[in-house]
Amino acid sequence: MKRDSILGTMTVALVLCVVCSVIVSSAAVLLRPRQEANKKLDQQRNVLAATGMDIESMTAQEIKSFFSDATRVRPVLVDLSTGETVEGETVGIDLAVYEPKKAAKSSELSQFVMTDGPTPGVSRREKYCVVYEFLKDDQIDLYVLPIYGKGLWSTLYGFLALESDTRTVRGITFYEHKETPGLGGEVDNPNWKRLWPGKRVFDDEGNVDFRIIKGRVAADAADASHLVDGLSGATITSRGVSDSVQYWVGDDGFGKYLKRQRSQ
Amino acid sequence: MAELKPKEVLLNPLLNNNPIALQVLGICSALAVTTQLKTSVIMALSVICVLGLSNAAVSFIREYIPSSIRIIVQMTIISSLVIVVDQFLQAFAPGASKTMSVFVGLIITNCIVMGRAEAFAMKHPPLVSALDGIGNALGYSLILIAVGFFRELFGSGRLFGYPILSLRSEEGWYVPNGLMLLPPSAFFLIGFFIWALRTLKPEQVEAEG
Repeated sequence: MKRDSILGTMTVALVLCVVCSVIVSSAAVLLRPRQEANKKLDQQRNVLAATGMDIESMTAQEIKSFFSDATRVRPVLVDLSTGETVEGETVGIDLAVYEPKKAAKSSELSQFVMTDGPTPGVSRREKYCVVYEFLKDDQIDLYVLPIYGKGLWSTLYGFLALESDTRTVRGITFYEHKETPGLGGEVDNPNWKRLWPGKRVFDDEGNVDFRIIKGRVAADAADASHLVDGLSGATITSRGVSDSVQYWVGDDGFGKYLKRQRSQ
Repeated sequence: MAELKPKEVLLNPLLNNNPIALQVLGICSALAVTTQLKTSVIMALSVICVLGLSNAAVSFIREYIPSSIRIIVQMTIISSLVIVVDQFLQAFAPGASKTMSVFVGLIITNCIVMGRAEAFAMKHPPLVSALDGIGNALGYSLILIAVGFFRELFGSGRLFGYPILSLRSEEGWYVPNGLMLLPPSAFFLIGFFIWALRTLKPEQVEAEG
């Protein structure tokens, strides 16, 4: 068979395609369990990071065992339109494999962002969100809420941890974004994240009252506990984070859920 | 064709025939992934794997590749390897693979990889082709890591994420150079690198006019 004949060309192309596809698909299949485990662990690590726990010193095993302990943390599915927690089966969601990011793109599992106030910069969001309730002595100690919103270049995905009073911030973390390193990317800076704990996202009447301002918050400002310093050189990222937080704790976000928790 | 010495094939691309500095190939990715040293190193390792293996594979079947579809055959081999490398990164270095995102996949379009397959692997036996691939990848890595080093050090005062220069924003003395974090700075750094290399090795300077 000649190398450049039509038959030769077809044979080489066919054999090559089969060999390459076998290699690629076996790599994908064999490595899938490990990738899934990494993804899950990463998610859990980020949840813990938002609570201000020292995750650097925790091993993967410790993080896993923390999340498998139902007396310490409980993931719940929240229907944002009512604020009620729902069982996954009743709405056709398996919590173990539920991917909110994908849900936000599907037509059945998402809805339009409907608010007059600040928006997260996206037009649709998922109907059901996974909230992590951290428990201490059978009482809820912390809420970790998934939040996201547009910054300058990208959507920032993160978690916001609120104290059991549902008003006070315990911590915040972003685990995925593509903001400029050194400018908007400073949302990852521990010194900036350290400004968040103790801030209040609601006023005494339960209305959202929170902002990231330009520059430093004066220590003696009357509403200093509702303000966080902006990131210098990253006005749009700061505004994006500010709007996202306001949206997600607001009525179209977790507001109804938080209100229910408060009244309980 | 003259006999090729394995050592020369491996080491020549480092300084004498550097793919970025002399051939000016593959600079696109040198801009994208070099804001941090860590991503530069991982990118360098990935390219070494891909380029070594792709050259070996292309050379191994070079007698059978019909010339009419040789480019697409090379592309298929290269892209399969890149996908495999990407899968491995996702499984064993999830953090890094996340920061690199699409740039691992873009190794497929890195001109060096195809350049070496077409220019070298099609004409030489597998072992020496693999060495050529690894050598060229090392030459690419050298520049990538050097650029990553300077960009991370001067752009954010860190190396591998560890603080080296104490930043003004953290009560230190160093005001980070924001330009270093933007793509053009990589152009400047590569330019300086080429300048230095051509001063050391004047034979690399192209004849003018």
